[in-house]
Amino acid sequence: MKYVLMFAETEQFAADLAAMDDAERERAYARVGQWFADNREQITRHVHLMPPETATTMRLGGGEPVVTDGPFVEGKEVVSGIAEVDVDDLDAALRLARSWPGCPLVEIRPIAST
Amino acid sequence: MTTATEVELARAVRDHAGRLAAALVGLTGDFATAEDLVQDAVEAALTHWPVEGIPERPDAWLFTVARRRGLDLLKRRARYRTKLALLHWPAQPEPDDRLRLLFTCCHPALPRTGQIALTLRAVCGLTTAQVARAFLVTEATVGQRITRAKRKISEAGIPYRIPDPDELAGRLSEVLAVIYLLFNEGYLTTAGTASHDRDLADDAEFLADLLHRLMPTEPEVMGLLALIRLHQARAAARFDAEGRIIPLPAQDRGRWDRDAIEEAGALIARAAAHRRPGPYQLQAAIVACHAEAARWEDTDWPQILVLYTILLCVQPSPVTRLHRAVALRYADGPAAALAELDQLEDALDGYHLYHATRGELLRATGDPDAARAADERALALAANPAEIDLLRERLRWR
Repeated sequence: MKYVLMFAETEQFAADLAAMDDAERERAYARVGQWFADNREQITRHVHLMPPETATTMRLGGGEPVVTDGPFVEGKEVVSGIAEVDVDDLDAALRLARSWPGCPLVEIRPIAST
Repeated sequence: MTTATEVELARAVRDHAGRLAAALVGLTGDFATAEDLVQDAVEAALTHWPVEGIPERPDAWLFTVARRRGLDLLKRRARYRTKLALLHWPAQPEPDDRLRLLFTCCHPALPRTGQIALTLRAVCGLTTAQVARAFLVTEATVGQRITRAKRKISEAGIPYRIPDPDELAGRLSEVLAVIYLLFNEGYLTTAGTASHDRDLADDAEFLADLLHRLMPTEPEVMGLLALIRLHQARAAARFDAEGRIIPLPAQDRGRWDRDAIEEAGALIARAAAHRRPGPYQLQAAIVACHAEAARWEDTDWPQILVLYTILLCVQPSPVTRLHRAVALRYADGPAAALAELDQLEDALDGYHLYHATRGELLRATGDPDAARAADERALALAANPAEIDLLRERLRWR
């Protein structure tokens, strides 16, 4: 089954990351890189998103389309990246997510079969 | 009122529905279909058995009905039909199958209400109507919870499996939590007018016992089973003829089931030998201290205090601190207990037992006005009818 893992950052996580010195931050990034390398057989693709300040949202369906700056959900938790994985079942996806060394929130959703 | 036949029937269904569901899911790999087949068989049993008598082999009867129904239902799915036609009811139970079933129903990706409804239905064989009655919600609500849970199992890819050793601890605690909640709901329901629903408590005991038979070396499973058995052993003395709670010191200890208490004590000792203490073992040990005392005056409060202190280290919670404070009262006096309670005010201000306990302690330290105010506050927050009666009674007399 294919799942998408959606990685979400929190304000606390961003603050913690900002508080690190360069060497610590490098090590944090290295752990994430290692995770992708360790699980490359199950990960079919993955992307890291630019921060929410770079988002632009187009609202359709309410007469004239409205363009606003920012993400469609103004929240303290924002999706910062996704990975598509191909594993047997939800438990296998949970196992992958459990070892994720990056941001503290991961939403796991099956991809609807096409 | 349940008749003896109904009790017998409930037990027969409980003993066999889970095994049947497990065997059918194991065969089909399709949780929803297997579960529907079992429910049809269970409902047929509820109609036929009270009239025709309970069959000699209830499991074979249920199996035959489920299989016949399966063949009718799945005429179009040829492969499955062939498999079903070849299926024989095994003489030997398949322990792993039922364990898989239990872990699937209690998967942490399912909402708690769904876990409970599905476990009661698939493992204990309760119908939607029975689950609805037990929780005093509508059948439609229960039906929806079950449908959603089953859909999530198939659509989110929740596997039908026993977790690997490295994830077992976390997942087992989920299963234990479901059984514990079920028992608490049966032991002292917070919904509706019935203060005591023996059926749910019995189902919880059945599940704990089943889990213990399937995982005989898990100390926390032994702990939970002992805890439930100990409460059940004292159930007959807990309520008076009008359904009012009889407080522990006033209970007729002659009505406690001494054999069951002794068995539970042995179970706790066996669990302790594994040297992996956990919250259920500790709670069981505390209840055992009460159950083993011949008279209220003989209660080993220092021992209970020690057990609560360990429990707080294992699983810190303000409610546990509240219970510990009660033990403190009898070990060190009401003033020490009150001082402890003062520190819990922020956390437990909305909890009726906090105020009820405070009321008792204030009365013991000679402050009846403050005690009365605390009891009134407790009454305003209580939900269980028997507890409400008890608090009303106390306010009337003092």
